[in-house]
Amino acid sequence: MSHKIVSKKQVSDDVFTAEIEAPLVAQARQPGQFVIISINNEYAERIPLTIADADPEKGTIRLIWQRVGKTTAELSDLQIGDKITNVAGPLGNPTHLEKFGTVVCVGGGIGNAPLLPIAKALKEKGNKIISILGARNKKLLILEEEFAGTSDELIITTDDGSYGRKALVTEPLKEICQRSPKPEQAFAIGPAIMMKFCCEVTKQFGIPTQVSLNTIMVDGTGMCGGCRIEYDGQPKFVCVDGPEFDGHKVNFDLMMKRLNAYKDQEQREHEKYKKHKCKIGLDK
Amino acid sequence: MTNNQRQQLLQELLEKQKAGKLTPAERYKIPQQDMPEQDPATRIGNVNEVATGYTETQARLEALRCLRCKNAPCVQGCPVQIRIRDFVVAIAEGRYKEALSIIKENSLLPAVCGRVCPQENQCQLTCTVGKKFKDPTKAVSIGRLERFVADLWSGPSRPEHGDQNAEAVPAVAAETGKKVAIIGSGPGGIVAAADTRRAGHDVALYEAFHKPGGVMVFGIPEFRLPKAIVQKEIDILTRMGVKIVYNFIVGKTRTIQQLLAKDGFDAVYIGVGAGLPNFMGIEGESLVGVYSANEYLTRANLMKAYDYGSGSDTPIALSKKVAVVGGGNVAMDAARTALRLGAEKVYLVYRRTEKEMPARIEEVHHAKQEGIEFHILQSPKRVIGDDNSHVTAIECLKYELGEPDDSGRRRPVPIKGSEFIIELDTVIIAIGNKPNPLISKTMPELKITKWGTIVVDEHTMATSVPRVYAGGDIVSGSATVILAMGQGRIAAAAINESLSKK
Repeated sequence: MSHKIVSKKQVSDDVFTAEIEAPLVAQARQPGQFVIISINNEYAERIPLTIADADPEKGTIRLIWQRVGKTTAELSDLQIGDKITNVAGPLGNPTHLEKFGTVVCVGGGIGNAPLLPIAKALKEKGNKIISILGARNKKLLILEEEFAGTSDELIITTDDGSYGRKALVTEPLKEICQRSPKPEQAFAIGPAIMMKFCCEVTKQFGIPTQVSLNTIMVDGTGMCGGCRIEYDGQPKFVCVDGPEFDGHKVNFDLMMKRLNAYKDQEQREHEKYKKHKCKIGLDK
Repeated sequence: MTNNQRQQLLQELLEKQKAGKLTPAERYKIPQQDMPEQDPATRIGNVNEVATGYTETQARLEALRCLRCKNAPCVQGCPVQIRIRDFVVAIAEGRYKEALSIIKENSLLPAVCGRVCPQENQCQLTCTVGKKFKDPTKAVSIGRLERFVADLWSGPSRPEHGDQNAEAVPAVAAETGKKVAIIGSGPGGIVAAADTRRAGHDVALYEAFHKPGGVMVFGIPEFRLPKAIVQKEIDILTRMGVKIVYNFIVGKTRTIQQLLAKDGFDAVYIGVGAGLPNFMGIEGESLVGVYSANEYLTRANLMKAYDYGSGSDTPIALSKKVAVVGGGNVAMDAARTALRLGAEKVYLVYRRTEKEMPARIEEVHHAKQEGIEFHILQSPKRVIGDDNSHVTAIECLKYELGEPDDSGRRRPVPIKGSEFIIELDTVIIAIGNKPNPLISKTMPELKITKWGTIVVDEHTMATSVPRVYAGGDIVSGSATVILAMGQGRIAAAAINESLSKK
């Protein structure tokens, strides 16, 4: 079975979103879960992508991805009506949702995508939601409107000050942690480095913090262990033990190194793909 | 022995046989036929099958070594009781089609089992010829003979035997309207699907990956088991009318309860294997460059990482020096795969001795031939990395053998102060798997052991949940293709029996 792209949009320079037919996944999926996709059957790579949203009636799921390597570049070049051969899921454990009280949700870059369904579900549970969204610049900020609709308070930061506050997300996060009463719970989803520093902030204030990790995976069902992280000194598999973890126990430094395991090889392939596209005029 | 000499010998022996004058003593004298194989220096540069298969003359000579024992001890050694003596005799007499049908009475995947069964611990262990020579590897080469006849029909085409590829699709009984779900398309699942479909049930085969075959495809490398063989078996299932559904993770995409209560299935067979890789729990095991064998082999086999940059989009470490930890078939597969991916030096680190290695003797032999360096009675104590968290070395301890442990093998005991360093850039951990809790987690009523394997009634493979059956590694821990297949067959028979009563 292949999966048709029913809608597709470029959200920013390198961020895309698409609705994809996957009726069984749409039915089963809960916030926090992801799918593994591969574009074709013979040679394509399997990559994990968080399910940003789903419509069980229409039988579609929404994916959001950033163009960083060859596979995500190829995915970005697919058009409405094109098909993705493999979509497997929903994988990983759903987010643990309850009424915590005040929850601060920190999203960075593409991390806003997996964060949104969690924020929505937390809101439905009756939590007060304070969202902090960070991006390098205004053009890279995604899902602001959606978060505005689901947050009691929304703070935007950009690295270059082109929009919202010129700061890293950790700055407003710290201020919110200093409020009295302090938030009961935090969620931080974004680049590993952002999650690492968010956790350092919330740890000082003793605020439990869930992070959602997006490590390199092959099968997504626990079989390969390629996604493993060091958690509280022990190996844990992001695919079956996560993807969400208590961020205060994650060894982010090692995780970042593992994320870069194939960086050089992958960059070469991405460059090759871009050149090839140029040559055959696909980039026009 | 040249081909001509072999043919001449075969003629002489066949005449004697015909005259009833071929004595056991003369049978013992027939030289055991070596398996033709690719030269080691050549084969490490390709991913093609190492053993290329007996010629017809070789097969018949080898089959003539069989003493035709009345009590056929070989049959007792076979986990699924294939009538081994009878099929070997049929080969000796040139009745190949009959030999294959004899095997197929008990085993649906002879081309696979002929290649991957640990014959020296099974049928060849009990073979009288092997006993005479006090060495199961000198027994009648039952596995090679099984492969020979299987390949005539289900292996890569052999034009010298005419076009015999179009094997008949097994007959399917009239539709019963009953629905059976098979979870996992490994050896057990394939057999369970075929047998339940043959009874006329509507069968769906669910696979979590995007390709069928389970461990035979993602785990066992092409050079040991060509993927085309597995694909042929899958094609037969499709032609029989089995529906194969990929990217379907039972326990996630749908639960077993949903399959039974909502999707109208009358019975479910769980054949998902033991999929969770064990790690050693030592320092540095999550450094960049440390793989589970599952990951390394899946990248290389299923995802074709050996073609990275010229087709495949799945990368794999560009290793120069590799250590594989473990002594089983998976360890041999990983070590030999690393060589084929361009590693200059591959060490196999095992904490007992070669005698205790669970790998098939043939795999150990091939690994050594290819230049894998065996480090026995050693085991890593920690993995060492550089500032970038990339592996640079392992620190090992030396071991000696102590008293036998629960497995009956002598326990390896570390020698104090024997630490030493092996420099390398990649470590592959191949120390076994444990069951994946994906299904049991969503099914609290399913009885499991403390190791996470599913509890079954061994006569029917029925689990503690009505209408749910299980077999293969999810039941036995880490076992073999043939055992998984045998259990798939028992379960299918029980499912067919119970559905016929409804």
